[in-house]
Amino acid sequence: MSNILPPAAGGEATPATAEPTLSEGGGTGLWKDAFRRLRRNPQAIAGAIIIGLFLLVAALAPILAPYGGNELPGRTEITPINIPGPGELPEYPLGLDRFGGDVLSKLIWGAQASLMIGVISTAIGLAGGMLLGLLAGGLGGWVDSVIMRFVDILLSVPNLLLAVSIAAILGQGQYAVMIAIGASQLPIFARLLRSSMLSQRGSDYILAAQTLGLSRRTITMSHLLPNSVGPVIVQATLSLATAVIDAAALSFLGLGGGLPQTAEWGRMLTYAQAELASSPYLAFLPGACIAITALGFTLLGESLREALDPKTRQK
Amino acid sequence: MLRVIGKRLALLIPTLFGLSVLLFLWVRSLPGGPATALLGERATPEAVARVNELYGFDQPLLLQYFTYMGKLLQGDFGTSIITGRPVLQEFATRFPATIELSVVALIFAIGIGIPLGYLAARHYGNVVDHGSVVLSLIGITIPVFFLAFILKYLFAIQWPILPPDGRQNPRINATHFTDFYVLDGILTGEYDAAWDAFLHLILPGLALGTIPLAIIVRITRASVLEVQNADYVRTARAKGLMEKTIRSRFILRNAMLPVVTTIGLQTGLLISGAVLTETVFAFNGIGSFLRDAIFELDYPVLQGFIIFIAILYALINLIVDISYTIIDPRVRVQ
Repeated sequence: MSNILPPAAGGEATPATAEPTLSEGGGTGLWKDAFRRLRRNPQAIAGAIIIGLFLLVAALAPILAPYGGNELPGRTEITPINIPGPGELPEYPLGLDRFGGDVLSKLIWGAQASLMIGVISTAIGLAGGMLLGLLAGGLGGWVDSVIMRFVDILLSVPNLLLAVSIAAILGQGQYAVMIAIGASQLPIFARLLRSSMLSQRGSDYILAAQTLGLSRRTITMSHLLPNSVGPVIVQATLSLATAVIDAAALSFLGLGGGLPQTAEWGRMLTYAQAELASSPYLAFLPGACIAITALGFTLLGESLREALDPKTRQK
Repeated sequence: MLRVIGKRLALLIPTLFGLSVLLFLWVRSLPGGPATALLGERATPEAVARVNELYGFDQPLLLQYFTYMGKLLQGDFGTSIITGRPVLQEFATRFPATIELSVVALIFAIGIGIPLGYLAARHYGNVVDHGSVVLSLIGITIPVFFLAFILKYLFAIQWPILPPDGRQNPRINATHFTDFYVLDGILTGEYDAAWDAFLHLILPGLALGTIPLAIIVRITRASVLEVQNADYVRTARAKGLMEKTIRSRFILRNAMLPVVTTIGLQTGLLISGAVLTETVFAFNGIGSFLRDAIFELDYPVLQGFIIFIAILYALINLIVDISYTIIDPRVRVQ
């Protein structure tokens, strides 16, 4: 569940190489080209539409949701043996949960929570991982060895368990979940950036830059890094899917903190367990939301990988 | 061969050493320190001080680390806070359940994944191909605990053909001596007990096996697609070899390398899926034990478990590497 795609799936081994462009200004050709390719790929369009929709719902949650995220408007309507389901009461179109919360509102607010956790935790992992990868790939030598051993240690523990252990130190709560998931994704980014930089090092354009007498810092930052970042971007898109799923898993396990009725998809599933027989929609609706969001990011990430892959780019 | 294995095991030492340092520091950075974790948040300062003295938490860090490592090397992982029993003993009684579950999940994933991926590649662009691509996409993006809910609802509640939770019907008075319930039933001749234990494995096994299944389908498909147009396959055809021979000895065998790597990786990852799956199915294995340990901040259990998993991971990778030499003679030469 943590590693959506094993490294064997490609991408990593074939970093998106830009045509050696010596002029700095023309360096966007690769991305422009990739974008053009993405627009023609129905898979990418589908992914983009899904994500766009969820972004919209998340952004407009205060307008769209009939009730607040943690409000319990239907408290008086529920009894332990009877929880009104979808369509039973006109004011709660998707029914109520065991706390008396409006399921529709909670799903909408949950979109906001999930996307926020997904984006922030991936940003944490991306920033940390790129920093480590850049140091390792750029400086080499003992810095490289130390960083990569550290990354190896982190990789020796499954992602989700790593996230759980980190969340345990930080205590339960949303920020703990974000940091924990970000940290658990960090090693992949570090490794990808480093290996991508190493594979670019012997390229002719680097040699050219060296012959021109550019400093190592300039070469690393303005030549090596921009040309090595492709696989990392692809992984970041795919990691967003993992982050959304892992965030739901952590709060499903009860590490999310906050009130029990918090509008968060993973949390909604935790409390759906007891009512699975009588109110299955309490599990199916948030579960479907998680799966569809993850699907959106996966579709987009994989199309991006294809668009940047030099093997398919020739066609 | 033995030298390769020895070398790989030696490489494991620095990683485990680093991991032990991280875990040691991890426990020390738990909110309130290890004493609070042991006693709970409402412990009095006196009690905390007493525990600190008793367990040596007041001693210099370096000394504490060596004491901890010394115990670890002797196989002493400490005592579980929840149950009060040695961590290793807890693992020994619960691991068989999770292994049984993982075996079912893997048989499902490999048994369906490889043929499906192979068929999809053979019928590239066909209905079978598109179907398998869509199915594997769904398999990858669906959270394992949600899938567990769906399966449980459909096959244990809506159409109650399979048991919804547990490892065995408690009314069956089965003898257990290996803690592998299915195996126990077969060995003792209590076939109904074995069958019942097996039925309890199906739903969680399917839930747990779906993500590996999806990934194995994709990798097999991609790998076969790449291999089936290789020059040596064309040559084999030109030589007039039987299609059956070409498929089994040339295409499938060469396509298996990345698939084996994937299976290894996924086997290691099963354990995190097990935490979630076992929770949904109230399946009393290592996963649900771990879940409780997370909640109660049972750090000796978590600590021991992470080290254990790291070793397991490394061993699986080693097995994968060894299996390369069986599949691909070219690896053997190097």
